[in-house]
Amino acid sequence: MSIYTRHSTKLAMVLAAFALVGTSMLAVTFEATRDNIAASEKKAKLALIAQILPPALYDNDIIRDAADLPAVPELGTAEPTLAYRALKDGKPVAVVLEAIAPDGYAGKIKLLIAIKSNGEISGVRVVTHKETPGLGDYIEIAKSNWIKVFDGTSLEKYPSNEWKVKKDGGQFDYMTGATITPRAVVKAVHKVLVWYSANHEKLFSLAGTGATT
Amino acid sequence: MSEANYREIIWNGLWKNNAGIVALLGLCPLLAVSTSVVNGVGLGIATVLVMAFSNGIVSLARSWIPREIRIPVYILIIAVLVTIIDLSMNAFVQPLYLVLGIFVPLIVVNCNVLGRAEAFASKNAVFPSMVDGFMVGLGLTLTLAVLGGMREILGKGTLLSGIDLAFGASAKSWIITVIPDYHGFLLAILPPGAFIGLGLLIAGKNWLDQRKSARVEPAQASQAATAAA
Repeated sequence: MSIYTRHSTKLAMVLAAFALVGTSMLAVTFEATRDNIAASEKKAKLALIAQILPPALYDNDIIRDAADLPAVPELGTAEPTLAYRALKDGKPVAVVLEAIAPDGYAGKIKLLIAIKSNGEISGVRVVTHKETPGLGDYIEIAKSNWIKVFDGTSLEKYPSNEWKVKKDGGQFDYMTGATITPRAVVKAVHKVLVWYSANHEKLFSLAGTGATT
Repeated sequence: MSEANYREIIWNGLWKNNAGIVALLGLCPLLAVSTSVVNGVGLGIATVLVMAFSNGIVSLARSWIPREIRIPVYILIIAVLVTIIDLSMNAFVQPLYLVLGIFVPLIVVNCNVLGRAEAFASKNAVFPSMVDGFMVGLGLTLTLAVLGGMREILGKGTLLSGIDLAFGASAKSWIITVIPDYHGFLLAILPPGAFIGLGLLIAGKNWLDQRKSARVEPAQASQAATAAA
């Protein structure tokens, strides 16, 4: 019996040794790469924001000044998100919000929306989606410029009943064969604008998540 | 391991035991990612890297690994390696990570890596093991490129779409429009297209092999056909 016990103990120790070596290698790599990864993730996020909000418009550290936003039903978010607030000389110029269109053809469509202080949309981008490749994926900027239909629109420009695709009697173009996808995006963007117009002052009074400004 | 065997390793990896169309291992990432040439080759390159290094490390450590616990140790080694490659790529070669990054975690679930560790690296020296991992990965890359090409031409009428994500916006002009004014054939892009395409590739390879053996040994042709089936 004891010879088996001894053998098992030896095997357990070998496995533990491999686990220990593996874990330490991972720990070392993680430490060595952490700063670089954080920097490149910030760069990627800034690049995405720069697509919908020209960096010349603001002068604050938009990532550091982001505020935690609890889940908001109007934005379609079920989990806390970040609200990126752009300031120029300490005055609010725009806000970038994360929102989700829950009723895409294949589930949720995650959006990033930049709204200027006057309520005008500076830009919208689709961050992730599962729409049909080659059919509904034209909402992606890599596939087509469709998503730019929102640039410069606002609640003043189109009344609420015109925030629909043209097929439904609204103002927004769509491509034949895939109407559900743009319908979901238009609806979500409209809801974000409505929510923003009621809450924009509150947004700028929230505390930032980064170092105190 | 004699020198002559390298030829066999290469032949096995690229054709005879091709991971994608003969061994039929690692089908999950293969079917999911082969929607275009660029995606397929992207996953292929990431797999080549991981397989060469995982085979090398398993071979290096093989004398310390007791038989009874070899599988958990291989999985540990592969998982650590893939995570290290993932983190390092993200930190030091960000442009490459943006292209290949989504494929790297897929490789952990690719049983080719574990399969070659068990079948080859655990019994052979370091360098041949690395060559074996490299070649099996390259064989998979070839399958992915061909399958991706088939699905892309049929589904979208183009070749190399998405190459601009790898080489910058100027590479957009490299995209070849094979069929102009094409409205797309959705089946080829969706998962069933992957299965049908893979089936055609397997049939094509069997046909080539049979034709070859029929030419070399006409008398044994029927026997080879039975074996291949």
